[in-house]
Amino acid sequence: MLRKLAIAVAILLVVGAGAFWILTIPKSVAPADLGPHTANPENGKIVFHAGGCASCHATPNQENKSQLGGGLGLTSAFGTFYAPNISPDPSDGIGAWTEAQFVTALREGTSPSGEHLYPAFPYTSYRHVATGDLRDLFAYLKTLPAVAGRAPDHLLHFPLSIRRGLGIWKLLFLRGEPGEPNQPMSAAWKRGAYLVNGVGHCAECHSPRNFLGAIVPALRFTGGPNPTGRGWVPNITQRELKDWSEKDIANLLESGETPEGDRVGSSMVEVVRSMAQVPAEDRAAIAAYIKSLPPVEGIKPPPHKHDHDHDH
Amino acid sequence: MRIILMIVAMAFGIAAASTQSNPIAARQALMKTNGREGKIGIDMIRRRIPFDLAKGRTVFAAFLDAANKMPNLFPENSKTGGNTSASPEIWTHMDDFKARFAKFAEESKAAQESVKDLASFEAAFRKVVRNCDGCHEHYRVRKG
Repeated sequence: MLRKLAIAVAILLVVGAGAFWILTIPKSVAPADLGPHTANPENGKIVFHAGGCASCHATPNQENKSQLGGGLGLTSAFGTFYAPNISPDPSDGIGAWTEAQFVTALREGTSPSGEHLYPAFPYTSYRHVATGDLRDLFAYLKTLPAVAGRAPDHLLHFPLSIRRGLGIWKLLFLRGEPGEPNQPMSAAWKRGAYLVNGVGHCAECHSPRNFLGAIVPALRFTGGPNPTGRGWVPNITQRELKDWSEKDIANLLESGETPEGDRVGSSMVEVVRSMAQVPAEDRAAIAAYIKSLPPVEGIKPPPHKHDHDHDH
Repeated sequence: MRIILMIVAMAFGIAAASTQSNPIAARQALMKTNGREGKIGIDMIRRRIPFDLAKGRTVFAAFLDAANKMPNLFPENSKTGGNTSASPEIWTHMDDFKARFAKFAEESKAAQESVKDLASFEAAFRKVVRNCDGCHEHYRVRKG
């Protein structure tokens, strides 16, 4: 009896491990899938700024945002992630990567060595970026200076330190295409939706997350606790921005000014530094899309004792 | 002109009076004034209100006043309470924090003295408010 039970348990373990192994196989994009493309680094530069790549990947504590040596620590409930070097350095950066490896990292969250990348790198959004834009971005990154040096390894709590387990996370939360609008929308709105949900990855900070660190879909764009654990990210649906015009939103992205005379703070300062460098039409497109987000009440921030609109 | 200056002076007087008793309320009042004056600056730049040189100078005067007073409004006993948005990082980086206000003061003063028309106001304003971002990025924590 005991022997039979032991055999049954052993079989279950083997099947379970096999299933886990198969379910968690990292996906990749084959070079042959890419097709012909003439890289346009100028467009790649726009993609770079719309994505705010430098916000995380620029070498900290220096002013040059094209030095993408990485090393910035992102604290979170799961531990500290260190943004890697994405400069063209062949050994420490992405200089030796192929285009297909680059597209794979952004689209599937899989590294050139075939490991899962942590979604602190928001491939959940980047997978919605057009392949041509990703290839142009790769071409643009190659024009930036090579920076030597590697970022420290992530400091994560067990069992999150086991990358293979991320395959399950991806099965649960990595989605294909974002939903299509019900009614026909303007070209600007479509461009805005593409930038916001793709490379701009706005929802990654402006949405609450579940206990596994995935965005709660129904509360997308309603803000929530700052992922760094300190402060609150605002709701950017019409619940909060109903008095803002599209122009107000575009102005904020360019200058950091709110219509009330306040200014953005925290990581949005760096976002604005990047967004100020994309073409004005793209900022207007983003504003058109954000202005169209239906009002949704988010989770409540911790209660205030007093009400100050510009407290310090 | 004189009336505007008097009103501004009175506002600063009130802020100053509350400084001793409650540094958190005092710095919040100064930031509110900065926000209000900043909005006047933005509205003039965006042509929502006509440009007025005196108003333009008053904007920088308010910034200068705040920049001078703020560094002394963060004593050790004012880290929490009063719905403060001040980050704990302020007290671990006090030298940097104070240096940023010194730069903000210097640039506000220069702007106040040099502004002569809308074009020079806009250029000076854009330069000076970069100081806001430098500090808000690291030392202000939004609560809701």
